[in-house]
Amino acid sequence: MAIPSNLVNRVAQATPPVLATRMRGLSDRAIAWVFVGPTMLLLLAINIFPLIWTIKLSFTNYRANRPNANILDVGFDNYVSVLTDPDIWLAMQATAHFLFWTIFLQTLIGFTLAYLIDRKFRGHGFWTTVILIPMMLSPAVVGNFWAFLYQPQTGLFNYAVSFLTGVPPSSFEMIGSVKLAPWAIIIVDTWMWTPYVMLICLAGLRSIPDYIYEAAEVDRASTWRQFWAITLPMVLPFIMLAVLFRGIENFKMFDMVNLLTSGGPGSATELASITLKREAFEKWRTGYSSAFAIILFVAVFGLANIYVKALNHVKNR
Amino acid sequence: MRLGISTAHSVVEPSAASRLVAGTLVALYALITIVPLAWIVLTGLKTPPDSISYPPKILFTPSAEGYCNLFTTRSRQTPEYIAALPPAVDTCDQVARNANMVVAGPSNFVPRFVNSLIIAFGSTLLSVGFGVMAAYAFSRFKVPLKDDLLFFILSTRMMPPIAVAIPIYLMYRELGLSDTRLGMILLYSAVNVSLAVWLLKGFIDEIPREYEEAAMVDGYTRLQAFRKVVLPQATTGIVATAIFCLIFAWNEYAFAVLLTSGTAQTAPPFIPIIIGEGGQDWPAVAAGTTLFLIPILVFTILLRKHLLRGITFGAVRK
Repeated sequence: MAIPSNLVNRVAQATPPVLATRMRGLSDRAIAWVFVGPTMLLLLAINIFPLIWTIKLSFTNYRANRPNANILDVGFDNYVSVLTDPDIWLAMQATAHFLFWTIFLQTLIGFTLAYLIDRKFRGHGFWTTVILIPMMLSPAVVGNFWAFLYQPQTGLFNYAVSFLTGVPPSSFEMIGSVKLAPWAIIIVDTWMWTPYVMLICLAGLRSIPDYIYEAAEVDRASTWRQFWAITLPMVLPFIMLAVLFRGIENFKMFDMVNLLTSGGPGSATELASITLKREAFEKWRTGYSSAFAIILFVAVFGLANIYVKALNHVKNR
Repeated sequence: MRLGISTAHSVVEPSAASRLVAGTLVALYALITIVPLAWIVLTGLKTPPDSISYPPKILFTPSAEGYCNLFTTRSRQTPEYIAALPPAVDTCDQVARNANMVVAGPSNFVPRFVNSLIIAFGSTLLSVGFGVMAAYAFSRFKVPLKDDLLFFILSTRMMPPIAVAIPIYLMYRELGLSDTRLGMILLYSAVNVSLAVWLLKGFIDEIPREYEEAAMVDGYTRLQAFRKVVLPQATTGIVATAIFCLIFAWNEYAFAVLLTSGTAQTAPPFIPIIIGEGGQDWPAVAAGTTLFLIPILVFTILLRKHLLRGITFGAVRK
């Protein structure tokens, strides 16, 4: 429960300013520095310094498996070759397909579930907890055990599909076929992360005060109209926030897909991060992959910023 | 917040029929969603042939083979050699002999699991320790460029892990931190500290400043007030944050698979590569997966109330 802010403000104003100056020991300013310092040092050492190093490497032809070779300054060559590489664009296309469908399905199913759970039927707490479990699991372990469920002859998934539709279970391969593999990763991601969207939507639904519906009821607005005029607009900022977090996470997607399909068959499920890993840690093109990494980072960062602006716009409407 | 119109049955209360329909649909979804997980737990108790039989076996005779294979390495021997051995000392010994094998020694599972524990707890301790201090400073003091710093802390999470791993790999190679627990603890701490700062700032913001100010009037210094007033008040928040950090470090795979190979390898990169004779040993993989997931299930139930906050970096609170 939040404390009513006007009360806090009043108490704060009533607190004599003398207090602030009555200090023994370290001054507040010194404490602030000492307290923020370790976090900043850690981030500088493990995030910022490496980022700068990546930028530096991206302008060279360095290869991490040949540390003693001559390092040449190649200018923007790496950036040009990344942006003109058809394989990179294929990976971006696969990433876009994955992003679009996972976000679409998760929002649709997640919102529907939240809407149903908000009916507050008996036992909704228990069922909500059960639904939440998949998103807490390790994506890598999830990818690995779904590879087992997707086994063409003997997997549970193929068996369930054949049980429901009558298609023979060995007639299709979720992971082995170029057509189905992109959907195989979308299904697993949706299974895993729908609860995430659901949880955020549920918070949105619960934030709508009852009196708005009561007023609508007085005005004899139909349930359908209440949904479009009240529920959806008021939950929209929450949905957008969920989409933002899912978007960033899935743009970076590596672990689950790496274990489920490792980008295959061919490059059907080769998302941006998988390509990056191949270039950096299999082909050892460190300079080239650094340039790609920087481009990806700028893309996420830029898109996220634009999106946050849109989100604030919707919120303040 | 409810306004005055107090009728016994509010007009917005859902009807009994709609509740029943909603309840049924949600329960149905929950049951379907839990099937894959239940299947893995069951597979851990099957024999390798049972695990890949068609049609999939729902009823089967439980076997310890999956768990035995997870914890031991075995070598194939001739039936004559096995017949000449003294009686089996334990279940796993017996299971191995039934398959014409003898237990050669313990597998790497326990050391990998221990690595996971050490790295998860070590990094959590560091990131929550640093995080609570930074969060207190951001919550209570005028830190120059506060909003920019907070945004910077958050933005470190937007980097794809592979992109971070490239320079970290080179840096750790130079510093001799490759494949060490210390290296992984530092790395996971850096990733988690952003989450810790954001979550803990939210929790500390909710503690009224008046508590500390009253304590300081009573003669406490700022640091004493922090230690004796704020920290006890923030216990729930600190525990919730710690559990989120633990879960992240426990589940992490991308850094682990690229930066560790042996001595510091954690469970997530290890479980998928458990190989039996002729391909993946699914019962052993399933057994490892089950043991690996149990702590997460416990934590999820403990965290129920704070889950929303944790997954949105404190952006949404109940």
